[in-house]
Amino acid sequence: MLQAALLVIVVGLAVAAAHNAAHNLARANIAHGFGFWNNTAGFDISQTLIDYSSSTSTFGRAFWVGLLNTLLVAGIAIVLATILGFTIGIARLSRNWLVSRLAGGYVELIRNIPLLLQILFWYNAVLKSLPELRGSVALPFGGFLNNRGLFLPRPVFAPDFGAVVIAFAIGIAVAIGLYIWARRRQEHTGEQVRVLWMALAAIFGLPLLIFIVAGRPLSFGVPDMGRFNIRGGLEILPEFAALLLALTIYTAAFIAEVVRAGVLSVSTGQTEAAQALGLRSGTILRLVVVPQAMRVIIPPLTSQYLNLTKNSSLAVVIGYPDLVQVFAGTVLNITGQAVEVIAITMAVYLAISLFTSLAMNLYGRSVAIVER
Amino acid sequence: MAAISDMPVQFLRQAPAASLPPPASRAGVFGWLRVNLCSSPLNIALTLICIVFIAWVVPPLLRFFLIDATWSGSDREACIASPANPNPGACWAFIRVWSSYFVYGFYPIGQRWRVDLFFLALAFGIGWLLWLRAPRRDIGAVYFFVVLPILSLVLLGGLPLIGLSYVPTNLWGGILVTIVVATIGMVFSLPLGILLALGRRSRIPVVRWLSIMFIEFVRGVPLITVLFMASVMLPLFVPEPLAPDKLVRALIGVAMFASAYMAEVVRGGLVAIPRGQYEAAQALGLTYWRMTALIILPQALRVTLPNIVNVFIALFKDTTLVFIIGIFDFLRTVEVARGDQKWASPVTSLTGYAFAAMFYFVCCYAMSRYAQRVEARLARRSAYKGR
Repeated sequence: MLQAALLVIVVGLAVAAAHNAAHNLARANIAHGFGFWNNTAGFDISQTLIDYSSSTSTFGRAFWVGLLNTLLVAGIAIVLATILGFTIGIARLSRNWLVSRLAGGYVELIRNIPLLLQILFWYNAVLKSLPELRGSVALPFGGFLNNRGLFLPRPVFAPDFGAVVIAFAIGIAVAIGLYIWARRRQEHTGEQVRVLWMALAAIFGLPLLIFIVAGRPLSFGVPDMGRFNIRGGLEILPEFAALLLALTIYTAAFIAEVVRAGVLSVSTGQTEAAQALGLRSGTILRLVVVPQAMRVIIPPLTSQYLNLTKNSSLAVVIGYPDLVQVFAGTVLNITGQAVEVIAITMAVYLAISLFTSLAMNLYGRSVAIVER
Repeated sequence: MAAISDMPVQFLRQAPAASLPPPASRAGVFGWLRVNLCSSPLNIALTLICIVFIAWVVPPLLRFFLIDATWSGSDREACIASPANPNPGACWAFIRVWSSYFVYGFYPIGQRWRVDLFFLALAFGIGWLLWLRAPRRDIGAVYFFVVLPILSLVLLGGLPLIGLSYVPTNLWGGILVTIVVATIGMVFSLPLGILLALGRRSRIPVVRWLSIMFIEFVRGVPLITVLFMASVMLPLFVPEPLAPDKLVRALIGVAMFASAYMAEVVRGGLVAIPRGQYEAAQALGLTYWRMTALIILPQALRVTLPNIVNVFIALFKDTTLVFIIGIFDFLRTVEVARGDQKWASPVTSLTGYAFAAMFYFVCCYAMSRYAQRVEARLARRSAYKGR
């Protein structure tokens, strides 16, 4: 009875909303449906990873450009935030009073200031106050830094470079094979074999060899300073840099807390028991502490990654062309089709987070402690 | 007699010997330094690096924000480099001149006492709720969640009937808007979150599925898209005359967003309640609602209070996002003031952001310290119960 009433209310509200929306849209003379997807976009985007031009590309293409930009900044920020976050988290646990206090101060300061403020700070107060084009800071290897961005040499790959990539992949496969072989051998005979150097040689030496044999199929396009702009080279927009800095620094503070909680969750009895067994401290860390800490760390770490990805939508305030800025901003303003555009944008983020939580559930099931 | 005096004298200690002081290398200032800063070569190196880092960072900051700072002045002349002040620091004069705008926005000057009264009433309610040993916290809750919202609406929006003139929300701004958005978010997200959490654990499938769908949907998307939805799509979904005002739309978006996160936190508290509590309540013949209101929720909310405060901290920081849909919250007023030509100088932006950062930091840090204290109290109490 209650269920039926509730269903009727929810469906009724939805129908009323749809009716109102149709009425309001018809009055404002706005099209509906997803037909706009294949219309020509007619606006420029400052950073595109795939071919895009304002005169020929469609709104659909603009959507992909925005999505790739979101994934680019989120992907790089995740890697950097993980490195910084683990460093700070471990520093907080240091027995050195100064180190742990400094790390604690970092975490408290960064966590309690809104991300939006941090993005604006990096963009307006730091990167925009860099010197103008004329007074660009010259960097080593022919790079430039000014308030229009960071200009670095762009790697130019010759066709033969594919062989180096393949050699790198083979090197990794060989290294993994070596480790499996060493593990088997230890299990069968008790002999320990040191394979680290051989593995490193396989991963880095092999590609290097191929690189030299193939006649160094890699060159750099150095940026060229003109009077009004810089041509050539790899351009990193200040918007991208500000967003990357802010996301990395902000998320690292949260990751540090996750790491600290994870390491503290491993009881000292575990370490002491391992010491009693005669394991060395490096081995204790690798075989006893880290595996148990990681089980606690990984789920909240993933949710921090998701938060970072969602937070990258704040790009819209400084005009970095991410999914929200390009699609839910510019495309929405041009087409006026708010319902469709926002539904698509939300669906993308929803798909990313549902997919991630699904993967997390599977992971959680695989590492769950089987209780007696 | 002689025999006794000839006996060898024996020593009998009557009192225990005083314990020796700890070795000098472990006690006092030097001991502390040795243990905490210089216990190994690596540690000494780390300490040195930290000292160099502090020496590199702290003096310039002090110089910029305090020693070289400009404290008074009427325009940019005070804050740009001059022979008298070749290296100008933070321009606090700019903050002083703009401070009333930062607090009230464009709220009519003659009516600003109403905003002050609102801040006072709010501080009173928050104090009542947060002080764990305050008398009659149940009345405090009614005051905070029922009386205060109505009072604020009348006070801030105006009610010509009782002589308070009408002030449209597009004149509101600054810290006032930040506080209003945060408070409304808190006031609505807690009850909604509790309902959603109960709904998620309900035995009625339709209720359960609707709750799960709402919670997972909102938690899966960025706040900014929820705000876009509230500001762009909401007016489409209701008949023209009912279209809500811009600030109200943002408030709806923020409240929806926060309630989904609140629901998950409350659910964590519900899960922590032992089954026996439910079974005992049912055995006493309590109905579902009485059991929930009298037995389960009081315990669940107490357990999860630190997490609730953490949601409030996140909510407080997230209020800055209403900036993006064109509402003049505190951060937006700082952005506007920063662009003032009268105060254009190389240090204006930095000063504005530093001021904003201090405001948010103080508010959020106070909340997080409170959460930590409550947590420590809970831990002590459960340790006591365990004995």
